[in-house]
Amino acid sequence: MGNILEVTNLIKYFPVEKSFLDKLLTSQKSYVHAVDDISFSINRGDILGLVGESGSGKSTTGRLCLKLTEPTSGSIVFEGVDIAKLRGEKLRRFRRNMQMVFQDPTASLSPRIRVGDAIKHALSFQGVGTPTQRTERTRAMLERVGLEPWTNFYDRFPHELSGGQRQRVVIARALVLNPKFVVADEPIAMVDVSVRAQILELMLELKKEFDLTYLFITHDLAMANYVCQSIAIMYLGKIVETGPKEEVFGKPLHPYTLALLSSIPVPDPKAELKRIMPRGEIPSPINPPSGCRFHPRCPYAQAICAEREPQLEELRPNHQAACFFPRM
Amino acid sequence: MPLLDIQSLVVEYHTVRANVKAVDRVSLSMEKGRTLGLVGESGCGKSTLGLSTVRLVPPPGKIVRGHITLDGIDVVNCPDEEIRRVRGKRVGYIFQDPMTSLNPVKKIGDHFVEIIQTHEPEVTEEDALKRGKDMLERLGILPERIGDFPHQFSGGMRQRVMIGLALVLGPDLLIADEPTTSLDVIVEAQIIELLKELKESLGLTLILITHNIGIVAETADRVAVMYAGRIAELGETYSLFEKPLHPYTQALLNSVPNITKKGQVLSWIPGAPPDLAEPPVGCLYHPRCAYAFDRCKKEEPLLLRHDDSEVACHLYDKR
Amino acid sequence: MSDERPKGRIVVQLFPALKDLTRRGLAGWVILAGATVVSLIAIMTVISPWISPYNPIDINVGPILSPPSSQHPLGTNHLGQDMLSRVYSGGAIMFQVAILSVTVCIVVGVPIGLFASYTGGYTDKVASLVMDSIYAFPGLVLAIAIAAMLGPGVVNMALSIAVVYVPSYFRIIRSQVLTIKELPYAEAARMMGATGRSTLFSYILPNVIPSIVAVATINFADAILTAAGLTFVGLGLPISTPDWGWDLTYGRRLLTSGTWWVITFPGLMVVLLALGFTLMGEGLSELFNPRLQR
Repeated sequence: MGNILEVTNLIKYFPVEKSFLDKLLTSQKSYVHAVDDISFSINRGDILGLVGESGSGKSTTGRLCLKLTEPTSGSIVFEGVDIAKLRGEKLRRFRRNMQMVFQDPTASLSPRIRVGDAIKHALSFQGVGTPTQRTERTRAMLERVGLEPWTNFYDRFPHELSGGQRQRVVIARALVLNPKFVVADEPIAMVDVSVRAQILELMLELKKEFDLTYLFITHDLAMANYVCQSIAIMYLGKIVETGPKEEVFGKPLHPYTLALLSSIPVPDPKAELKRIMPRGEIPSPINPPSGCRFHPRCPYAQAICAEREPQLEELRPNHQAACFFPRM
Repeated sequence: MPLLDIQSLVVEYHTVRANVKAVDRVSLSMEKGRTLGLVGESGCGKSTLGLSTVRLVPPPGKIVRGHITLDGIDVVNCPDEEIRRVRGKRVGYIFQDPMTSLNPVKKIGDHFVEIIQTHEPEVTEEDALKRGKDMLERLGILPERIGDFPHQFSGGMRQRVMIGLALVLGPDLLIADEPTTSLDVIVEAQIIELLKELKESLGLTLILITHNIGIVAETADRVAVMYAGRIAELGETYSLFEKPLHPYTQALLNSVPNITKKGQVLSWIPGAPPDLAEPPVGCLYHPRCAYAFDRCKKEEPLLLRHDDSEVACHLYDKR
Repeated sequence: MSDERPKGRIVVQLFPALKDLTRRGLAGWVILAGATVVSLIAIMTVISPWISPYNPIDINVGPILSPPSSQHPLGTNHLGQDMLSRVYSGGAIMFQVAILSVTVCIVVGVPIGLFASYTGGYTDKVASLVMDSIYAFPGLVLAIAIAAMLGPGVVNMALSIAVVYVPSYFRIIRSQVLTIKELPYAEAARMMGATGRSTLFSYILPNVIPSIVAVATINFADAILTAAGLTFVGLGLPISTPDWGWDLTYGRRLLTSGTWWVITFPGLMVVLLALGFTLMGEGLSELFNPRLQR
């Protein structure tokens, strides 16, 4: 079981558009510190849940892993190849190995392309097989994701399908190229509640069948707990805690993880909720706080937390957290 | 006498294709001081139901039949000035999206002044601003921020402002439509705690419209589950979660992950909600129901009492 | 390359789309109304050789400047030409100029718009600069200036109108491309390994076509009015060709002497034709605007 993906010191800063007046008055550029020096790896065959709120950088991380966005610096090594350095035709060819399932099934499909063709494009863009073979594979893929008989779906337009069905098309399109790695960015957030589990089950089945590794990006901890094997918690561009899900959700170390876990609404009126509320709200990623990013809000913060930035340390077997005062 | 009483309400949307019954013969009543969770998935009609209580259903929607009595006032038929007085003063409404519900070119203070002076024209601007500041403080926002613009607030704070605007005139009833949907996890918890606290301290009657079962479990005394424009089940929160009656309620509860439950196996509901322009015959849920039998395909079930709950399902209709 | 023929598919889609136009509410009816008017006028123009009572360019087929009568239902002009025949066939030039200018616009404006906005950077900046400069000129004035330089003739008229209108296409396409480029499905295309060309042609272009169509129909309307205007100021065509524009020119001069029928009927036709295209354009814009439906 090696690592399929190794990310080292990954940084992505987005320049901030300033008003004309600001440009005249200050020469200083400001940046959104979307992803601020993170390092992690994903084991082959694992499902890593990248969990965080808005501004955490989880979506940007996902996109960086697929080189949909150019990293500012750092390396992203996929099966020995540093994709951060790939360009042009080489990158295009490399895309066969990794695919993405987007959040919004409606926006992920061109409204003017029939569903069958949309899937087939993946094959034709990569020059896989003959046209007949491509059609065959597309039909098989449609049925594999539960859209059977394929005759009912191949010629449809996205708007003729339900949200759940559209998401299956997106999944089919991602998998028809037989990739090794799939990044799923909030794949069920825009699907009806009663259908979400079905999409998740499908993704899990397909994982076994196609021998996939998933990076599952979400803000929904309960869903992450259901489907993922490992968890990485992100806050303001940093990874604050990582480990197997039983560890991170069962014995959380970082105060932010604790706050997240205690905030989730539980669908059980008898559940006793002891909420650990951090002060204030998430600060802007343009000017992140000094030292530990969470310190202004942390109920356990002390002087050192504002001065130095804690690094990820293995505090329990396989379980890392970046905190000077972890909740052991 | 209940604060809000809805009888056999029917709300239709007149579209090019067909007349769609977004709300179909819904009857519901709210006692003062209680909290109702109105739960359902997208398109079930819960938002439309909420909007009808203050006669704000947007065209091409229209209330076609039924009665809504709010504190003695006939919401459906009363004259325009009367319903305008009701909105804001008797009923506070929190709309779905705090991003677009606030006027970006008006300061928060101006929002408060406008809403107060519309209903109480004798109040001076100074007094109105004072009330606004008091409200902000109560909601955990620094009162000085009354002079700020909406874009200067984060999502969670904007939602608090919305709650403040809804409550500043001291209404008895607060209707919140998906108040936390666009918010982050921790902020969501903060807003829910805030609503719970305000409910207690102000003695509010609260209708919480949402698809999030979790927050309903936490805040509501009673839950109404809607499906395709009808109420499928209505009951006390504890009983509904403990022993859900309607197959849809059961399936819905089984499809929501509970992080505190170990080894949970989630299920789902096959198919999709019906096309309300061409609804199926009989029970609207029967095509997806695991327990459907003959009668379900022919006859629409009525909402009937069963123990302490109400449920619209032939499984419980022994007639 | 993809084994798709996206353009072919779109044409095939149009026919069933026309059928359910009436189901699309007011916008559908507006398009249908506009299309009907335009088609009727087009048919009239095409069959004019067979239905005209007289040859439209023959002079002295009747008394000069005679008001509408049973022999000349729309009267005659100062050359004794039958107005009814002139009205029947005068549209031909209009259609030719309009179709030609719209074609040139699309052939020139669309590719520039697509490539410049997709490529971005300096290409985009330069193209935008050029287009905005042209756009800044009042249309008719620019058309007149160019027509004056090029000289008379159908092609030259079409060209001068085309130059004025290309920036409109460019802007619409540019704004659409910039939006679509950022949408998930364009990114998905990249994820699948689509080349820039494939993304542009299979994913972006099909979604831009509706707006092109909408602009084209308004373009038609404007082209007709500009053509009439150019002829009006004497930059159009040789006088012998039957043309509503000429009728408008002379009709205006004759108006002061009480001869109302020379300007009125051709004028009405110009207005109707422009209106028909405008209705189609507006209806199409309505229809293609992404609207959330419950």
